[in-house]
Amino acid sequence: MRFSFTPEQDEFRATLRRALEARSPTKEVRRLMATDAGFDREGWKKFNQELGLTGIHIPETYGGQGFGYSELGIVLEEMGRGLLCAPFFSTAVLATTAILNAGTEEQKKALLPPIAAGERTATLAFSEADGGNEAGTVTTTAIPSGSAYRLDGTKSFVLDGHTADLIVVLARQPGSKGDNGLSFFTIAGDAPGVDRHLLKTMDETRKLARVTFRSAEARLLGEAGTAAAPFARTMQQVLVCLANEMVGGAERLREDALEYVKMRMQFGRSIASFQTTKNKAADMLVDVELAKSAAYYAAAALDEGDDDLPAIASLAKACAAEAYLQTAIHAVQMHGGIGFTWDNDTHLWFKRAKSSEILFGDANEHREKMMQHWTH
Amino acid sequence: MTEPTEESVRNEVRAWLEANWNPDDGLVEWRNKLVDSGWGAPHWPMQWHGRDLPVKFNTIVDEEFARIGAVGVAKAGIRTLAAATILAHGTDFHKEKFLRRILTGEDTWCQLFSEPGSGSDMAGAVTRADRQGNKWVINGQKVWTTSAHKAHWGLLLARANWDVPKHKGLAYFILDMKQPGVQVHPLKQMNYHASFNQVFFTDAIVEPEFLVSDVGDGWTVATTTLMHERRGADALRSWAVGSDRKGRIYDEERAEIATTMEPYRWYPQRAGRVDLVMERARETGKINDPVIRQEIARLLIMSKSAEWTARRARAAQEQGKPQGPEGSLGKLVSSHIARQAARVHTYISGADALLSGEDGPMGGVIAEILISVPATSIAGGTDEIQRNIISERVLKMPKEPSVDTSKPFKDVPRNIVAS
Repeated sequence: MRFSFTPEQDEFRATLRRALEARSPTKEVRRLMATDAGFDREGWKKFNQELGLTGIHIPETYGGQGFGYSELGIVLEEMGRGLLCAPFFSTAVLATTAILNAGTEEQKKALLPPIAAGERTATLAFSEADGGNEAGTVTTTAIPSGSAYRLDGTKSFVLDGHTADLIVVLARQPGSKGDNGLSFFTIAGDAPGVDRHLLKTMDETRKLARVTFRSAEARLLGEAGTAAAPFARTMQQVLVCLANEMVGGAERLREDALEYVKMRMQFGRSIASFQTTKNKAADMLVDVELAKSAAYYAAAALDEGDDDLPAIASLAKACAAEAYLQTAIHAVQMHGGIGFTWDNDTHLWFKRAKSSEILFGDANEHREKMMQHWTH
Repeated sequence: MTEPTEESVRNEVRAWLEANWNPDDGLVEWRNKLVDSGWGAPHWPMQWHGRDLPVKFNTIVDEEFARIGAVGVAKAGIRTLAAATILAHGTDFHKEKFLRRILTGEDTWCQLFSEPGSGSDMAGAVTRADRQGNKWVINGQKVWTTSAHKAHWGLLLARANWDVPKHKGLAYFILDMKQPGVQVHPLKQMNYHASFNQVFFTDAIVEPEFLVSDVGDGWTVATTTLMHERRGADALRSWAVGSDRKGRIYDEERAEIATTMEPYRWYPQRAGRVDLVMERARETGKINDPVIRQEIARLLIMSKSAEWTARRARAAQEQGKPQGPEGSLGKLVSSHIARQAARVHTYISGADALLSGEDGPMGGVIAEILISVPATSIAGGTDEIQRNIISERVLKMPKEPSVDTSKPFKDVPRNIVAS
């Protein structure tokens, strides 16, 4: 179903939207984004457990609900729309997909049920100081030590890295290069030798941390030296998930801006009656609808399997990145002076659009990746 | 009578085709059989050459025609708009006189709506229809008329009353194109083709029974024609090709298609030829240029996401969901795609993009793309009109205050058109 949702999926979306509207009004977003944690641990746990959100795409064998990426995409789209402040992307997308892609059966059985049950938050630490998204640039090292490993190095841009209960880390065997010698490891966020530093972010609704490992004891996830392929797979899933989150935010911005211009009077008439405003609103609709089509198609492609997935994932991300940011720029402009004020909510999504544009690679990077897949 | 099902329709049409299909028939001879049987237009009324079948069964019927290789009724061109309009608004005289020869393809039609002074503002037509005795006398000029030089009949929108607001004073006629008062001249375009015509009326005559609407209701009837034109625009994009089978009827059909499609042979270039981009980039080595790769990627993202958006709209329609906004965007998006494709073809061809015809890349195809793309954002509703439609109908934004709809048309400022 790459082009439509089932009635059950539509119903699920509607329920979720109502729940998120109650849970995440912008007053609550503003309160939480001003905290260091960036979310309310008890409140999120309860909300998550009631709706079973972090287990949505985790197979039932591992305590989840066994749905696919289309359903996960719906959750993300609605969260992007509601700008929910919670460690969902880090836990359910980043860490969970890495564990599903790389973990042994035994590890999945141990690590995923607490995530599905909403009892444990998690994240994936792969980028380092350069903010790159390529496994090959990883410098953090892992040295065997008895039945465990010792991690040394600094990860940066780690989503919710300052609060995650569990961190999945991409590290390499000392002396290895490129895609060789890479492995995933798991380590508790508060383990000895782990130093976590909250970074000050432009988008306060998305918390990033620098995490330094100094001879920190970690467990191998999956098979040693083979993490490059599951990491690449994880990144494709992550991009598709982010694209779905982004189109939810873009649509919300578009709707709010439209509602505002219909209400705003200047020169004795609604500013929505000026063709210059109407043209912009029509262009915004085109941008958002095209980006939605790409995001939905990509999520269904993940569920159905598709040889073109590396290209489709990058396409969806690049498309959403440009659409979201352009929508945000137009939305501020359509609000006029008030759109530049702190009290108006538009900037909350503007900043989310900006952070989403950059996170996991910008549109230039993904256009190039798409071309590499389609020209080799 | 039992309700038709997919299976019953399939069985019935298959049996009829097996008993009647004969590739040695003449094209018109065969189509007359189709008209008599109702299988040429199964969704039309029983009384007028159809079978009263729901339109959803047309695909089944088409499949059976394709399976046996049977030729269908004439479907290309303005004749389908004429048929739809006549079925909806015409008198029994019109239906009797025109519908059969539309289906057999014996008559060619043209649409006489646009004028030099009224393009986007089609209801501002100033071609006059004056009564003389019981006849109508037509004077004025139409433009952008496809196939006017071949047409037997024209669908004409003309002003019969100047003392009422513009939408209220129009009448809709069927005009005999083969009369001395009608002169047709080709209109040469910036891309050298002349796909359309200008049509001049000097005391052209319309007999009273050829009036389709009441005077004052012409705009309503024109709206029906235009609605079918928008629907048909998608069908036209899928290029009509004849069967490559051997036989008299296939030869005649191929000749018909060649004639009908001749004015449209630059249309693929107008859309930007996205299909040629990768091949050209490889041939020229520009595939390795990182700046050009970015531009190609932008184009592919646009065209893929547009295709998926169109399929979302179709899926929603098939599921019977209310039409979402995704169904109204295709025309505007096709302009963006065409423009970006022209940019990309220019970057790929470099200096060669300066040359056309046999000196130009691909024997002139690339040059034809570059000088044909500007038509995409104008023809069939300009981008500006598309944006107004999207903002007013989909987003429910208010119209600009109107200055021309509440006073007699004779008092509305309008273009001075040189004659």
